[in-house]
Amino acid sequence: MAREIIRIEGLHKTYALDGVEVHALRGIDLILEQGEYLAIMGPSGSGKSTLMNIIGCLDVADEGRYWLNGQDVMQLSSDQLAEIRNRELGFVFQNFNLLARTSALENVETPLIYAGVNKQERRHRSQQMLERVGLGDRLYHLPNQLSGGQQQRVAIARALVTQPSLLLADEPTGNMDTATSAELLVLLDELNQEQGLTIALITHEPDVAARAKRMVILRDGRLESSS
Amino acid sequence: MNWAAALQLALKALWRNKSRAMLTTLGVIIGVASVIAMVAIGAGAQKRIAEQLESMGTNTLGIRPGSVTRGGVRTGMGTVTSLVRTDADAIRDIPGVIAVSASVRSSVQVRYRGTNWGTAVEGVTPDYIDIKNWPVAEGEFFTDQHVLSAAHVCVLGQTVARELFGLANPIGETIVMKGLACKIQGILSEKGASAWGSDEDDRILAPLTTVQRKIMGIDYIDGIEVQTAGREETYQVMNDIKKLLRQRHRLMKDQPDDFRVFNRAELAKTSEESAKVFTWLLGSIASVSLLVGGIGIMNIMLVSVTERTREIGIRMALGARRRDILWQFLLEALLLSAAGGVIGILLGLGGAVMLSRFSEFPVSITPWSIVLAFSFAALVGVFFGLHPARKASRLQPIEALRYE
Repeated sequence: MAREIIRIEGLHKTYALDGVEVHALRGIDLILEQGEYLAIMGPSGSGKSTLMNIIGCLDVADEGRYWLNGQDVMQLSSDQLAEIRNRELGFVFQNFNLLARTSALENVETPLIYAGVNKQERRHRSQQMLERVGLGDRLYHLPNQLSGGQQQRVAIARALVTQPSLLLADEPTGNMDTATSAELLVLLDELNQEQGLTIALITHEPDVAARAKRMVILRDGRLESSS
Repeated sequence: MNWAAALQLALKALWRNKSRAMLTTLGVIIGVASVIAMVAIGAGAQKRIAEQLESMGTNTLGIRPGSVTRGGVRTGMGTVTSLVRTDADAIRDIPGVIAVSASVRSSVQVRYRGTNWGTAVEGVTPDYIDIKNWPVAEGEFFTDQHVLSAAHVCVLGQTVARELFGLANPIGETIVMKGLACKIQGILSEKGASAWGSDEDDRILAPLTTVQRKIMGIDYIDGIEVQTAGREETYQVMNDIKKLLRQRHRLMKDQPDDFRVFNRAELAKTSEESAKVFTWLLGSIASVSLLVGGIGIMNIMLVSVTERTREIGIRMALGARRRDILWQFLLEALLLSAAGGVIGILLGLGGAVMLSRFSEFPVSITPWSIVLAFSFAALVGVFFGLHPARKASRLQPIEALRYE
């Protein structure tokens, strides 16, 4: 049996939105094993992003347990969470979230800076990673000089440069046309199949979710069905 | 995160907003420059006062005849003739006294061939020029022997020499004061204006006895100058002189002193003290502008934190710890203030040098004002940078990421 990357039990999360309490997650149980490619689907407002933020250690659940690589995340300090985000997790966002006015190469280097990697190795690893996603000739381009698809490739390179055990993608193709979106999904497939990268992906597009090996649907804060 | 990387990040962030960074720094530049220039002006004034006091003679006491009451009538200060030369001789024996000179003074019309000049002649003893720290520039001063024999010799101040002889050499010439012909032995060095604005060089010095007997026809003296071993001894000496003179003048317990003792060291201290206050005053006024510059930094850093909330969120998602974010913004503030400090120091020094070159204002650049201004600037950077930096580091990653 493959190693467990994520084990979540009875997760609850409530937050206040404009003074109204929103019960975003109402008891989530989820296990993700190494090498899996999971798609989390659901209509907007179903709590997808909230779940993703908690899995990504950007937010903390109110109730329940969450182990990442066997480590009890709920017990960690903010510095330890930062370290986990740095070492274990890679993020890809719908709106790319690249650092503005910062070259592709420097964007990819950023997580390595926080990992304390020296400059030479930072350069080297970032360059390699950008070549891997097909942007070897765009190292010094700024985000606004790149197309949406290219920006998302930079984001993927940045997410993977620290060799995390889990890639979290939140609507990664949401801002792309069909062709670009298809290219990106091919890249994710490759990463999963060839390098055994564990991926958790959020989407509301069925054809995107169909590429994943496993799919769960989130509705009203509960995981409804799994296949 | 290592320091080199942090520094690079901060520099890049500042470089992206060059004009904003420069304008922010301007506040600190002006603050530091004005602290340095103002303190230089204050210290210059302090130095000039110290020089003037030095030229007056340090650690000196002056004794003048005082007021006496006879039959209910109190005479004015200096109108009595209570001081005599033997008083001066007796003071010489007090421990802590280094030099004593009795003096008399009279205004005279002095003639040399066709010209004449109205000035003052002072009868003194050779100790006088030591006490006053006033060496002769040319020729020689008269000796104790000259005083003993009431010799017809004199030494001229620079002003008198210039008025009577122009560019010619007066040494060896003879001038006439109140019918008394005196041979010129030497010329005093230039002393300039006194602290009270009178021309110190407009005088003739002659042996005490010569002026007393042959010019003024008196047997009392107008004053005694005393030099003490040091500032600490001065107070004791002062008390000893008072006791001695009361005894010598046979004053009863209920009678007031018929003389006055002036402590020049005390005067020096007071003037130096006020100059110091002046320096601090100027410095602290300038510091206010440095403070305002610091507030400018805080202001711009707060704007920057708000603008870059998204960036902070991204960095946190990529693994930046709170202290990484804190240092990034603090370092930016520190760089701004340090750059302002360095440029401000150069500008302040330049300004002070220009001022001293193109005006009469005395300027003295003190190393401590540079150190103080720079460390104050750095402190301003830390103090005013800390609040925005903490604000940035305390953002919740998820909220920062969602910030539009």
